[in-house]
Amino acid sequence: MKIKISFIFIFLTLTFILLIFFKSLFENKNYIPKKTKKIENISIEEFYSGKNLKIKDFFENEKYIIINIWSSWCVPCRQEHQFIKNISEITNLKVIGLNYKDKKDNAQKFLDELGNPYDIILKDPKGTKSIFLGAYGVPETYVIDRELNILKKYIGPINSENEIEIKRLVE
Amino acid sequence: MTKKLFKIFYFLFFLNLILFGNVNAETSKVDEISKNLRCLICQGQSVYDSNSEFALSVKTLISQKLAAGNSEDDIYNFLKSKYGDWIVYEPEINKFTFLLWLLPIFLFIFGGLLIVRKLFINRT
Repeated sequence: MKIKISFIFIFLTLTFILLIFFKSLFENKNYIPKKTKKIENISIEEFYSGKNLKIKDFFENEKYIIINIWSSWCVPCRQEHQFIKNISEITNLKVIGLNYKDKKDNAQKFLDELGNPYDIILKDPKGTKSIFLGAYGVPETYVIDRELNILKKYIGPINSENEIEIKRLVE
Repeated sequence: MTKKLFKIFYFLFFLNLILFGNVNAETSKVDEISKNLRCLICQGQSVYDSNSEFALSVKTLISQKLAAGNSEDDIYNFLKSKYGDWIVYEPEINKFTFLLWLLPIFLFIFGGLLIVRKLFINRT
């Protein structure tokens, strides 16, 4: 009897541990906070003039804005650039570029070479502003509504599927 | 002559400590805080250990926040609100994490009881 109870106990613990192992095996490794969150209405410097601009002021008639964090030294940013361009063609949507830890000359060269899809470009030379957005690095893309809720957050380069998803979301 | 020189040297040394000692204190505060933060894009490194762009930015932000007069807890709460509880190494006790804190204690007591039983009760 005693042996049976301890056997059952060991068996249950082992299955419990195995279950956790298997569950974590198939779980998405990228950690994305579950709560959709608001961003604060912080002010960020404009890329050319260095003037401080507030995020809320970007909204005029548009319901949504896109914030795309990019950098000239970031290779995946080159991949996604075409998709950002496609998104920028949507009417009534502002696409804002946040230039992350970059040199002005290099960033300008990047835009000259690949085209400038952004309505407004902001700069974040120290990377501290992107922490206010909850960013991990470059590239990252956010869909934000008028109340500054983050509706969608893409970590890493966006692809054609994401492009369609964004189009559906904002139209 | 040499005594005088020594005196001047000592004076300058302590003056230096008084003037610039504070700077060191601030950077060590940044170190202290960043050691408690997990670098989210690195494998098993703290923000303090890592030299990734993310970690460097977080460190700059911590020193900015400290300079602005924010307390240590303010900084943790700010980062938690942006990145979730995962960014701090020590999770808070709440309804989702109480098992995490209590289970080891229970297991410890359970193991202790097993040992006590084996050693004292079986022998008699």
